[in-house]
Amino acid sequence: MPQLISFTDKGLFCEAGNFYIDPWKPVERAVITHGHSDHARFGNTYYLCHSFTKPILQLRLGPNNYQTTGWNETIHMNGVKVSFHPAGHIIGSSQIRVEYNNEVWVVSGDYKTEDDGISGKFEPVKCNAFITESTFGLPIYKWKPQQEIYDDIIDWISKNKETGKTSILITYSLGKAQRVLQAIKETTQTIFAHGAIYNMQQTLIDAGFDLKPVVRITPETPKELLKQTVVIAPPGAEGTSWMKKFHPYSIGVCSGWMQVRGNARRRNVDAGFALSDHADWKSLLETVKATGAEKVFVTHGFQAAFSRYLNEENIAIAAEVKTQFGDEDEEAISPLEIKPEEKEAE
Amino acid sequence: MNQENNNIESVPEPTLLGKSGMETSGLELFANLVSELSGSTKTNEKIQSLVDYFATAPDADKVWVIAIFSGRRPRRAVNSRVMREWCTEIALIPEWLFDECYHTVGDLSETLALLLPDLKNEKQKTESLSYYLEKFMAIEKEDESIKKIFIVDSWQQMNKNERFVFNKFITGSFRIGVSQKTIVNALAKVVELSSSVIAHRISGNWDPALTTFKELLSESVSLSDFSKPYPFYLAYAIDGEVENLGDINEWQAEWKWDGIRGQIIKRNNELFVWSRGEELMTDKFPEYFILKDLLPDGIVLDGEIIPAEQGKPLPFAVLQTRIGRKNISKKQLQEAPISFFVYDLLEYNYEDWREKLLTERRKKLEEIILPIKNNAIQISEIIHCSSWNELAALRKKSREMNSEGIMLKRKNSDYKVGRKRGDWWKWKIDPLTIDCVMVYAQKGSGRRSNLYTDYTFAVKDGDKLVTFTKAYSGLTDKEFGQIDNFVKRNSIEKFGPVRTVKPELVFEIAFEGIAASNRHKSGVALRFPRMSRWRKDKTVDEINTMDDLREMLEMYGK
Repeated sequence: MPQLISFTDKGLFCEAGNFYIDPWKPVERAVITHGHSDHARFGNTYYLCHSFTKPILQLRLGPNNYQTTGWNETIHMNGVKVSFHPAGHIIGSSQIRVEYNNEVWVVSGDYKTEDDGISGKFEPVKCNAFITESTFGLPIYKWKPQQEIYDDIIDWISKNKETGKTSILITYSLGKAQRVLQAIKETTQTIFAHGAIYNMQQTLIDAGFDLKPVVRITPETPKELLKQTVVIAPPGAEGTSWMKKFHPYSIGVCSGWMQVRGNARRRNVDAGFALSDHADWKSLLETVKATGAEKVFVTHGFQAAFSRYLNEENIAIAAEVKTQFGDEDEEAISPLEIKPEEKEAE
Repeated sequence: MNQENNNIESVPEPTLLGKSGMETSGLELFANLVSELSGSTKTNEKIQSLVDYFATAPDADKVWVIAIFSGRRPRRAVNSRVMREWCTEIALIPEWLFDECYHTVGDLSETLALLLPDLKNEKQKTESLSYYLEKFMAIEKEDESIKKIFIVDSWQQMNKNERFVFNKFITGSFRIGVSQKTIVNALAKVVELSSSVIAHRISGNWDPALTTFKELLSESVSLSDFSKPYPFYLAYAIDGEVENLGDINEWQAEWKWDGIRGQIIKRNNELFVWSRGEELMTDKFPEYFILKDLLPDGIVLDGEIIPAEQGKPLPFAVLQTRIGRKNISKKQLQEAPISFFVYDLLEYNYEDWREKLLTERRKKLEEIILPIKNNAIQISEIIHCSSWNELAALRKKSREMNSEGIMLKRKNSDYKVGRKRGDWWKWKIDPLTIDCVMVYAQKGSGRRSNLYTDYTFAVKDGDKLVTFTKAYSGLTDKEFGQIDNFVKRNSIEKFGPVRTVKPELVFEIAFEGIAASNRHKSGVALRFPRMSRWRKDKTVDEINTMDDLREMLEMYGK
């Protein structure tokens, strides 16, 4: 009998249920963990996602055949039980639990364990086999509590104001932007945003999320209005002529990669905030242990190191799996590459 | 921490307070400076951070900071191997995992700082920078167990930034994005002296442990150090057409020699030889000892330390056999004889001549050097030309003379400090190039951490590929990003930090020279190899061959 979820050239495949999870080539039935473009792609016939993910997919993939579900609700597909569980990564992000013949597999998608107040509180799910990401799967990645990082960001903004500068915060449009906006909304009245950020934020507000509205920057926005304000922009905008309008400014990047000095220096930014929507080393380990899984498959990130550690420490039997996740997720790849999605949005 | 005592009348200096309200230690002040400097992309902001630092830090710490940023550091008290061991022991991780982390971070000190567990207790106040640096010297000869107690205890009192700079002091190589020039400019602002005076003061032979800030920067002291060199004037490569420099008669042309730029100083009847890297090299070149008798007293000469036979320069590779040796054998003296090609006169009769015009300096220089008939010294010859075209034709012969091209110096210019545009230009010959394929990749360090940026290249030899050089520079960040992506998806094997990569990406490597070498598989060693172009238009079938390399060696390497 094949394993419940196998690794094929189209993606993670559940043969018994005849569906794929986050496939990277078009398939008939796709179960989607969350709305980032390396997990939710074009061309599938049917999409199954969390109801919070649907407006995101509609914005990014257009009209499609979407079926939605809530967390902890069981759906039967060909006799296979499928349910969604909060992954805490971004709004709507879910782990997918798959049960068949008394065997349980869980696909984590991307996840973080610290509750950010908007993405749902991560819940570890008991299983026999766990497929986990490993974007930050090295012990050098240990995050500070988010409130400390938020305080750093707020301090930085007020320091910029004092010196007459605009604060440009570089964040991914889906996920990090919402999180950072929540963090600074109390201390900042009007927040300006690049079109890509504005579109996503407005889509989520229209879908009923209680989020901070932002003001879209257009070619008509007068320069004087932007002085000493806070501007949220996607990575693709960094270093383009779009930024000229804000001069004088200071650039801060919010990304887990900022944990290492070299990354911040390479991007030539003024401030790096190691704020991540992925689990750090310690949380990855704790999660694996909490699932009780005897088999662990490690995908995108530091899969070699993380799986070796799990094996050596007898935490689980672990193996590396090659996937195409991480290709377009801001945090999962080399911080140098320009994201195609962000470029289009300019 | 004692919160109750926060009484309003005795508010301490705000600059000395950390976030917690506790007085900031010297180490913490410095750690903050380092993170400010690396967080700033503008030179003016960096200078301001340094000025603020020099205004508040303890005097003894300032001396050390100047010393460290001008390349003086205490001997390494603890080797990095044991620091790794202690860290893995405290962090409870296996050694291989430490290595993985190190290859991703690309910096040992930072890896240690990131892996050490967070402080368990309330943060302790750390000591001053000079305390730690003097302590390093004190424990240098002690047992490993004593060193361990000191290092581990210190780590446990420090935050991440403090640990980082502390480790940096132990492991050496402190590069944080400020040049010595920036330090000099900041000091000039603080002590209100001109930057060329400061640059001179902080150069030369002084010991940070025995020098006070006052002594280092006061008017009276520097006279007593007879060895002190002047800061070098450095040229930029010429941009645009040479004709744009105007009338050729306003310019002095010389060959650009490929050796070690240096200064020879004779003061107080003693001879000193300095390299541009501010290394005192007097003992390395016994050929120069005789100059103590041949040169007048109170003189400073700028020139090139270069291997030469009967006045003719030899390839740089010959000099390499002499660098790094403590004892020089008779055989080496015969096979790699060293001469000094004098470019300029900076001091004469104990008088600073740098503000005099080049023509005047040159005239005096010829008066002094030409009568000396000795292989140890000769004047760098002037190339006389009546037109730029004529000079351009001569320049093409540079490589045959073991020269890198031509130097152009404005005749009515003074001798400046550091790299400056306008009066001196280097007009180098085009480099040699070869097309080859990338076969190995390794992650870089510093601002290239966690990116595959260090590559090894191969040429074809029949149906095999033979590696012949490494190169790390020459591409844009964007190109490095694309190649990094390629490496991650096309690696074949992993040997520790090195990945073997599918031989597919073709590059043009530019280099300044080629020499025979038995240390390399290919039998050749290149000088200054770098990636000049990513040949996306070429396939691996179209790259150069081992025979092409051998031919170049025959033409240029003998």
